Amino acid sequence: MFADPKVPSSAGRDATGMCAATVEFRHVSKSYDRRDGPAAVDDLTFTVPAGSVCVLVGPSGCGKTTSLKMVNRLIEPTGGQILVDGTDVAGEEVTALRRRIGYVIQQVGLFPHRTVGENVTTVPRLLGWSREQQRERAEELLGLVGLDPARYRDRYPAQLSGGERQRVGVARALAADPPLMLMDEPFAAVDPIVRERLQNEFLRIQAELAKTILFVTHDIDEAIKMGDLVAVMQAGGHLAQFAPPDEILARPASDFVARFVGADRGLKRLSLSRIGALPLHQAVTAVAGEPVGDARQRSLADPFPFLLLIDRAGRPLGWLPDRDVPADGIVDERLAIPASPLLERETTLKDALSMMIAADVQAGIVVDPAGRVLGLLTMEALGAAGRAGAAGRAGAGAALRRAERRPAAARPPAAAP
Amino acid sequence: MIDWSWVADHLGVLAFRVLQHLELTAIAVGAGFVISFGLAIWSVRRRAVYPPIAALAGILYTIPSLAMFAALISVTGFSVLTAEIPLILYTLVILIRNIVAGFDGVPAEVVEAARGMGYTSWGRLWRVELPLAVPLIIAGLRLASVSTIGLVTITGVISDSFGGLGYFILTGYHLQFATEIYVGAVPSILLAVAVDVAFVRLQARLTPWAATRGVAAG
Amino acid sequence: MGRDARRGGRLMVLLDALAAWFADPAHWAGPNGIPTRLLEHVALSGISMLIAGAIALPLGLWIGHTGRGATVAINAANLGRAIPSLALIGLAAPITAAFDPQLGFRVYPTLIAMIVLALPPILVNASAGVSEVDRDLVEAARGMGMRERQVLARVEIPIALPVILAGLRSAGVQIVATLTLGAIFGGGGLGNYLVLGIAQNDVGQVFGGVVLVAALALLVEGGFALLGRALTPVPLRAAEGGEHRGRALEGRAAG
Ligand SMILES: Nc1ncnc2c1ncn2[C@@H]1O[C@H](COP(=O)(O)OP(=O)(O)OP(=O)(O)O)[C@@H](O)[C@H]1O
Ligand SMILES: [Mg+2]
Repeated sequence: MFADPKVPSSAGRDATGMCAATVEFRHVSKSYDRRDGPAAVDDLTFTVPAGSVCVLVGPSGCGKTTSLKMVNRLIEPTGGQILVDGTDVAGEEVTALRRRIGYVIQQVGLFPHRTVGENVTTVPRLLGWSREQQRERAEELLGLVGLDPARYRDRYPAQLSGGERQRVGVARALAADPPLMLMDEPFAAVDPIVRERLQNEFLRIQAELAKTILFVTHDIDEAIKMGDLVAVMQAGGHLAQFAPPDEILARPASDFVARFVGADRGLKRLSLSRIGALPLHQAVTAVAGEPVGDARQRSLADPFPFLLLIDRAGRPLGWLPDRDVPADGIVDERLAIPASPLLERETTLKDALSMMIAADVQAGIVVDPAGRVLGLLTMEALGAAGRAGAAGRAGAGAALRRAERRPAAARPPAAAP
Repeated sequence: MIDWSWVADHLGVLAFRVLQHLELTAIAVGAGFVISFGLAIWSVRRRAVYPPIAALAGILYTIPSLAMFAALISVTGFSVLTAEIPLILYTLVILIRNIVAGFDGVPAEVVEAARGMGYTSWGRLWRVELPLAVPLIIAGLRLASVSTIGLVTITGVISDSFGGLGYFILTGYHLQFATEIYVGAVPSILLAVAVDVAFVRLQARLTPWAATRGVAAG
Repeated sequence: MGRDARRGGRLMVLLDALAAWFADPAHWAGPNGIPTRLLEHVALSGISMLIAGAIALPLGLWIGHTGRGATVAINAANLGRAIPSLALIGLAAPITAAFDPQLGFRVYPTLIAMIVLALPPILVNASAGVSEVDRDLVEAARGMGMRERQVLARVEIPIALPVILAGLRSAGVQIVATLTLGAIFGGGGLGNYLVLGIAQNDVGQVFGGVVLVAALALLVEGGFALLGRALTPVPLRAAEGGEHRGRALEGRAAG
């Protein structure tokens, strides 16, 4: 079912360079009391395609952890089946199964008596890799999670910060290049700033590795940010909705989901979309220090009441109110109001809105990577995009991943959900 | 194997020895508790004194009781002090550790809360910390009592006027008379187990919130 | 002033007697010589430790790992602790003597009592040490595909090692001290100096015995401390809590 785990490192991948498995829950149930007590997980059915991130989210006690642990059989289901790449996990030898599934928990669970390097290579050692292979792999993985191997390899977990420990935990789970990763609130124990950084790093790594990941959180914002697919669970272990994040926000399947995602779901949707290919308002520009020409007429004809001054390379310098634009002569940039905010194609709509509100302007300037003006993003356009969900529909994770994968290698894009 | 008629003839002596056993134990544990409580409180309030006290207690622990009794004979002769001083010293080792551990185990936030509510440091010690330390203190008393019951049997080595039930074991051995050995051995085991169980009950009753944990800590 | 002088005088007498006893070459040879008695003491202690360890260590580790039978084990251990060693020796003597009139009367009873004495601390510390290993760590180990044996050997035992060793150390020290009781029953070991010294009112011999036993006990204590230091993984070394707790639990059954 999986690539042969005895073969270390990249050799385990298939021809496309990917190493991911589909996961299928079929009517999975679990009740802890034998006598048909209240179910912790109730008739769970969904399929996670290979290479995508599925986030299980829901209030405390709704059965997320239980669902996750049934995949690597730390908990045995009382009903239904879980299939990984089409094979029922119940038929697998349990230790072999677990060695092929990466596992990260909130408390990290690094072994305090082993160095960072030894922790990372726990599973390779169980699989009998050679010392040399283990050392190489540790180095590769620490680099991948952004820890300098030379500095960190021989430290003990007690000598790490919380964020560093989480990174080591992720590296350890990735060690045998598992096609499937289970992550139970992996970033819950760190402060919001570190969490944000770890999330971004996770997305970057996932863009590179394209694993299948089941990710548990009780934070809906994290779910929306990280997931290609979101499974919203509800008390009693019911699946309330299973859909891509944008759809969860746009069309909550029930009152429960609507309440759970929150009243600000319109705003949350903006955070899922990037400016990307959104139609931009063509800015009326004039090059500073050059003859003004017909700039005044053009500017007055345009509904947007400002003229944008640019330099000779096309980079924005500042705004000039229409009525202050001279009818002739040279445009003087010293009269201009500073040209903020600057937006890029990758900026999320939520960030764009926030920056425009902060700057108290009706439009943001969208620039290309060289800083040249591409056009204006107006409040109206933003509102329209929010209502229609016009820009990229997929989760931010998937969008970012696609954006990053393209330059990295000519790999085929991840199977889109 | 057991000569029951001998047993029947010696019930009076048996009763005397049981009482003596309990008396020697009670004196040792009582005096030991008073001393260790004082030392423990001193240690809790003045941390610097604890390490030397603990170290001294640790060294005492390595001296065999037989040796200590023997050594004291040359100082205090065949008086009751020769029996009681080592018994008391051994209870100190157990009790001080447990009482200090009991106070140490009081959660810092509870102490903090008590301080915040305006308790004086002595008030806090008596009203807040002591009650919470009770389970470990009782556990210490239990260990001290049971081990003292065992040690009392050895005081018979000093002279026939001590030893409690140990007297029968020692004389029975010298006479190679199994019945007398058993008349000493079986009741002394029963005594130790009975006291142990009594303390478990007491512990459960005094600290209902820590019933199961108390047993484990013993 | 006068009292101090008298006390000092008594101490001098004691030290003189002690020095004289150690200096006498007769005490260094023969079946009651220091080397023989020391060797007997070490051998008997070692045998008791080995047997007790062989029983209590695997059992304690298994109980700690599975959580099964913990209550029974703790209660049994408490019972074992409550039994006075002297009583146990007395109890065993007539029975073992029936099998072997010589050793069965003089050595086996003490050996049995020492084993019973050593079982509780080893058992309790091994099971408590293992069961107190953070459950998250154990689950992480299982989740990565370790077999139960590997979980025990690679995670639980190394982390519980300070507590396990504290139990062994406590058992060792108690055995070395308590084994002296065997001499009352004609067994070998350093206790003979104490028993004979009391009988003959020989202060030098009594204190000679005391010094030897205490030195041996301290050696065992120190040896286990060094072993613990050597075997404890570096990052766990600062946590000496295991020792403190291990010792806080200990009583002295008799010795
Ligand atoms: N070992 C167990 N025995 C009995 N009931 C359990 C056990 N583990 C979990 N439960 C119950 O099953 C339900 C689901 O628990 P689970 O741990 O899966 O919740 P969760 O969604 O992960 O919650 P959280 O966000 O708080 O981690 C809860 O009601 C819980 O009380
Ligand atoms: Mg959970």
